[in-house]
Amino acid sequence: MKDAFGAPQSLLVLGGTSEIGLATARRLIARRTRTVRLAGRPSPALERAAAELRELGADVRTVPFDALDSASHEEVLGKIFTEGDIDMVLLAFGVLGDQARDEEEPLSAVRVAQTNYTGAVSAGLVCAGALQAQGHGSLVVLSAAAGERARRADFIYGSSKAGLDVFAQGLGDALHGTGVHVMVVRPGFVRSRMTAGREEAPLATTPGAVADAIVTGLRRRSETVWVPGALRVVMSALRHVPRPLFRRLPVR
Amino acid sequence: MSVDTVSLTGWGRTSPTAALRFRPRTYEEAAAVVRGRGPRGVVARGLGRAHGDAAQNAGGSVLDMTALDRIRSVDAVAGTVVCDAGVSLRRLLATLLPLGWFLPVTPATGHVTVGGAIGSDVHGRNHRTAGSFARHVRSLELLTADGEVRTVLPGTDLFGATLGGLGLTGVVLSATLGLRPVTTSLMSVDTARAADLDGVLARLAACGDGTPYAAAWIDLLARGRSTGRGVVTRGEHVPLDALPAHARRTALTFRPGPVPSARALVPEGLLGRAPTALLNELRHRGTPAVRTRQPQRIPAFFHPLDSAPGWSRGRGRAGSVQYQFTVGHGQEETLHRIVRQLTVRRCPAFHAVLKRFGESGPGWLSFPAPGWTLSFGLPAGLPGLARLLDVLDEEVAAAGGRVCLAKDARLRPGLLAAMYPRLPEFRALRGELDPEGAFRSDLSRRLVL
Repeated sequence: MKDAFGAPQSLLVLGGTSEIGLATARRLIARRTRTVRLAGRPSPALERAAAELRELGADVRTVPFDALDSASHEEVLGKIFTEGDIDMVLLAFGVLGDQARDEEEPLSAVRVAQTNYTGAVSAGLVCAGALQAQGHGSLVVLSAAAGERARRADFIYGSSKAGLDVFAQGLGDALHGTGVHVMVVRPGFVRSRMTAGREEAPLATTPGAVADAIVTGLRRRSETVWVPGALRVVMSALRHVPRPLFRRLPVR
Repeated sequence: MSVDTVSLTGWGRTSPTAALRFRPRTYEEAAAVVRGRGPRGVVARGLGRAHGDAAQNAGGSVLDMTALDRIRSVDAVAGTVVCDAGVSLRRLLATLLPLGWFLPVTPATGHVTVGGAIGSDVHGRNHRTAGSFARHVRSLELLTADGEVRTVLPGTDLFGATLGGLGLTGVVLSATLGLRPVTTSLMSVDTARAADLDGVLARLAACGDGTPYAAAWIDLLARGRSTGRGVVTRGEHVPLDALPAHARRTALTFRPGPVPSARALVPEGLLGRAPTALLNELRHRGTPAVRTRQPQRIPAFFHPLDSAPGWSRGRGRAGSVQYQFTVGHGQEETLHRIVRQLTVRRCPAFHAVLKRFGESGPGWLSFPAPGWTLSFGLPAGLPGLARLLDVLDEEVAAAGGRVCLAKDARLRPGLLAAMYPRLPEFRALRGELDPEGAFRSDLSRRLVL
């Protein structure tokens, strides 16, 4: 069960090697979390992540999970919930893709869309159903500020996150009053493995800062969290910039 | 019997969870719900005044007992009452006072049910002399996991597990309570201002058995030399012959005022640090240094918060957290340390009350233990509060004290066994009586009770 400050006792991270996911898990283990399930494609990195969290004193297990294999989600994720309540699900998987290559090879663009959107929709719905059945829990969905307005530099990734974002908002409204809390987290540019070697955007942040914002959001039962918080204002302004002007902006 | 799916929280409005709510009108209907429970079990709920998650059951069933509200009989000679579990203490008082009887233990609100008072084993400001609610329960009818109704008498194991057992041994259906006689519905109240915590402690310690009711309000925002300053309030029932002749005819009238509406128009988040500090300052300065024998009506003395409906909304959207702990006599240093920590952090604590407890009751998980008890509320949205309360838990446990489970919404499960030494017995009895875990709550899941 979550405590009065929204700190969960059991955590399921979908995308078990996600830096934001692991940073969040570390912070939550320091609070109340005792059970962690890291779901992801079996890999040495996943086992390393599990071992690292285990050292912090949590009961950690890895679960083979592939976002692209939507057909398996019901069985794989359903099984985790039958073993005990999950107080918080962190939907952290996603790929950035390579915009230039994706534009050349539609199939690799589809892969980005399938991972970030289709995979998240099926996993999100399975988890939402299980959380609703247990009558409590938080579903934290990692969206992105890139989904707020299409940019030339990453609109394939951005469009997949935009779809995910709207899906999560709608899911949150659908689950209102069922004891399940859905939180959409929209970080800006996060300095991580995923963005290594890319040019940094303004208001760049770190996985740790995103994790802190998630913990605060849980405490406040927020529905939308921007990281850093200033992005909320910046993006709401950018959203209204006319397109001819937006195309010329250096930040796009 | 009405059934609906609702999102429920405790009085502190933190951690909402959804459950199927049944509102039985008869014992048979309640038994049918317990027999036909789902895999996530069932727990009884009264008027929802527990601050934490004691009366929530995520994904399971919640038995709303407030429709079982008959006062079955009053023995006006012997001073006992038999009533359903869903009767509120306030209604009980309204019925009993005109007959010259009073509840021997009254918590700070009248809006708790008899069942809730038993499950939480509530205490009042007279714990030193009257003990907790359990001491005055003569017998109770308990609906257990098998769907049978058992009569539970003091002195038995089931009585010890049920009183303060947070509804986890079964559903209390009715109870027989012992009463105390009064001749008027007035209290004679003495107030005294104390400049610091030592002054408060000294004044509380000086209260003899002659003044049964004693409590102190503490200003947790006062700093420096006035750290822990407060106002000590003592009271006793006014005897009939102390009233002027014209007032004696209506000596036992009881006017509890209007029932608070659930959605009163209190602006959210009104009472932050500065307004709380201002209110505290006004309250402290507004109290005369010493005032004696001020007459007060029973509701004003016992249930001051009932006249401020929806006050908990003033603490913001995230809700509020109540913290109450007790430490033994001789642990005043721990008390000082905790008050200092709260003061240094400038926590906008509200309704901070310091009391002295007498002997423990029969309840295995009952909160009161001999010594000092401090309770206060804080906005749950306060940054760093989770860590601060964890530190206080450690201090309290190290001093051999405990925190109150009926108010808890955030205790670390690992500390529970140290605070409640009879926990293994409680678990064993539950395992025997209810092997499938029919009675469960969010609190029992969170603390692995």
